[in-house]
Amino acid sequence: MITWIKGGRIVDPRGMREKNLDILINKGKIDRLLPPGAFHPPRDSEIRQVDASGMVVTPGLIDMHVHFREPGEEYKETIATGSKAAAAGGFTAVACMANTKPINDSRSVTEFILDRARKANLIRVYPVAAISKGMRSESLTEFGDLKQAGAVAVSDDGRPVTNSELMRRALEYAAFFGLQVISHCQDLDLSNRGVMHEGAISTKLGLIGIPAAGEEVMVVREILLAKLTGCPVHIAHVSTEGSVAFIRQAKEQGIPVTAETAPHYFSLDHRAVMDFDTNAKMYPPLREPKDVEAVKKGLSGGIIDVIATDHAPHSPLEKDVEFDKAAFGIIGLETSLPLTLQLVRDGVMDLPSAIAKLSYNPATILSVKGGTIEEGKEADLTVIDLNKEYVVHEEDFNSKSHNSPFIGWSMKGKAMLTMVGGRIVWNSDERNSGC
Amino acid sequence: MESMYRFQHRGLLGIEQLSVSDIHLIFDTADVFREISTRDIKEVPTLRGKTIVNFFFEPSTRTKTSFEMAAKRLSADTLNFSVSDSSMVKGETLIDTARNLQAMNPDLIVIRHPSSGAPYLLAKYVEAGVINAGDGMHEHPTQALLDLYTIKKKKGRIKGLRVVIIGDIAHSRVARSNIIGLRKMGAQVSVSGPPTMIPVHAESLGVKVVFDLAKALKGKDVVMLLRIQLERQSGMLFPGTREYSTFFGLNEDLMKGAKKEAIIMHPGPINRGVEITSKVADGPYSVILDQVTNGVAIRMALLYLLIGGGKDDHLD
Repeated sequence: MITWIKGGRIVDPRGMREKNLDILINKGKIDRLLPPGAFHPPRDSEIRQVDASGMVVTPGLIDMHVHFREPGEEYKETIATGSKAAAAGGFTAVACMANTKPINDSRSVTEFILDRARKANLIRVYPVAAISKGMRSESLTEFGDLKQAGAVAVSDDGRPVTNSELMRRALEYAAFFGLQVISHCQDLDLSNRGVMHEGAISTKLGLIGIPAAGEEVMVVREILLAKLTGCPVHIAHVSTEGSVAFIRQAKEQGIPVTAETAPHYFSLDHRAVMDFDTNAKMYPPLREPKDVEAVKKGLSGGIIDVIATDHAPHSPLEKDVEFDKAAFGIIGLETSLPLTLQLVRDGVMDLPSAIAKLSYNPATILSVKGGTIEEGKEADLTVIDLNKEYVVHEEDFNSKSHNSPFIGWSMKGKAMLTMVGGRIVWNSDERNSGC
Repeated sequence: MESMYRFQHRGLLGIEQLSVSDIHLIFDTADVFREISTRDIKEVPTLRGKTIVNFFFEPSTRTKTSFEMAAKRLSADTLNFSVSDSSMVKGETLIDTARNLQAMNPDLIVIRHPSSGAPYLLAKYVEAGVINAGDGMHEHPTQALLDLYTIKKKKGRIKGLRVVIIGDIAHSRVARSNIIGLRKMGAQVSVSGPPTMIPVHAESLGVKVVFDLAKALKGKDVVMLLRIQLERQSGMLFPGTREYSTFFGLNEDLMKGAKKEAIIMHPGPINRGVEITSKVADGPYSVILDQVTNGVAIRMALLYLLIGGGKDDHLD
């Protein structure tokens, strides 16, 4: 059956173009792109129509940094529930981090994750394997075997690689296999027992601070190792002014470094912790207004390539406790798109650049499908209503967990329909309820 | 006592929430109770039938005893839980414990907890008023109230006084609450201690940082010392007690730099020979024991204002 997405405005980040085009999809692929009115369906053919008038159609969004908790902590999220949350947020693919229980440091765990993703049958799930066995920063995992099993990147996210030589070897070895190395930058000694950003608010609340330098020290280390080896490194969730500045310098010198930030680092600052709200506790922590501004500048100037959510589901068991005992992290898949679109409305980025950071750039960094709207390519698409206004309600989350600081926020912009390989996996537009 | 000003609070989570008028009312009320504490029979029936739970997740002698004595002198029933005999060691969460306590309908819960903000969490889940008896490194409002009260009694005023707080400011809830309270009452506050123990953003609290102890003491009306928590000391913040006492400890010589009639305060317990020499601790300018006496009166005043219903017929 042919699907006809008609009346939409296409935003294709690859050519940075916005154009009114209809899309014809056949056998899971984008068959043809045509000007509005150019397509006249044959009389008796069976055609599924998606009315995208007044909406934009983008490449399926890709979130290169999520935690789906399976295997091991299925009470927080499963690959199935995480996939549903992703689809609802407009994402057609995610890369899930290795800090599951057991840790994804072997072929069997990678294969298990892919098997679960197939059974969930919603979006594309790309496993990120651990850099070191057991994330202990002692010895490398079997990168070659993991790559063959389906891993697209390696990272000890959540437990940074403390041994600098091991990190150097990881960069060298991963480049050979075409695996992206993703670094969670944090000097664990400097963040020792810290629970929020070190600043005026932590001083006031009597909470142990995590200084910005704890992140920046490691960003600089990774940059120097990328320079030394000539191998690419991707910096996860950049949160400080200093990190943005160091990455800018590195890029100017041609060092192969890419970077991501998360929506909470450009939407919130450390004042959100003021009433000990554990949903404002994340790692890296929410920083200062000047850091938020620097992150936005980093996004607009192309220093930060990607917006990724660091979707980190936790149950009330981990969150409804004393602030210092609460787990780090928030869910993000279902709020990432509207928070990013706010930056477009605020003039930080134009729409194609924003969509690039949510699709084309992560696809390029991970060397995975998607990120463009082109004839012959997979039909991974997201239909977005830029003007849809709504309030975030806890009970509306598709994620199994509800740990979000954005509950109660008024949002503008929503994924109305999400399509993976020509198949509709999320549809919240009653106009297209027949699809 | 007959002032028209009404105390509007149900509990006390931080000194932050109190207005200057609130603090004056607490002082005036404490004056009455201080007098009662000198009587032959020190008990009044003001809080008869009221239940106060003392919920202590951290070891405490002074504060716990002080709260208990305050409640008993007002004839309230008190229940003491401490961490060793509560279910917390069995893995119960603070919220579950709170709900269980609430089911017993107490009128007030006094909580001491090692986590900053824990009393705020508790207060969300119980009907009873909550008094913060010290939370992590955040606040210890009743300590600040009794310190302010002691200064007021000794100096006749707080406004315009020059106060220095010395020691581990970064990890001290006593320092935080006192800084907020003193500034609220119009005092000028500076802090001193090893640079590792002064918060990086101390100025954001509205205080002046003077590292050199001799300079910090100069012209001060009030010298407030903090206890060096030797049990938490890992060698990262200062090399040892010998070095600490040499460079940051208070002795008689240094005290000469302060104002002649300056007073010395310490929340206790004292590490003699570390942050303060015995001679200074026991000297004429020391008001350390007055602080303890005033602590009971201040806590009686607070309990009375929070759950005494504003009826003062037993007090006159």
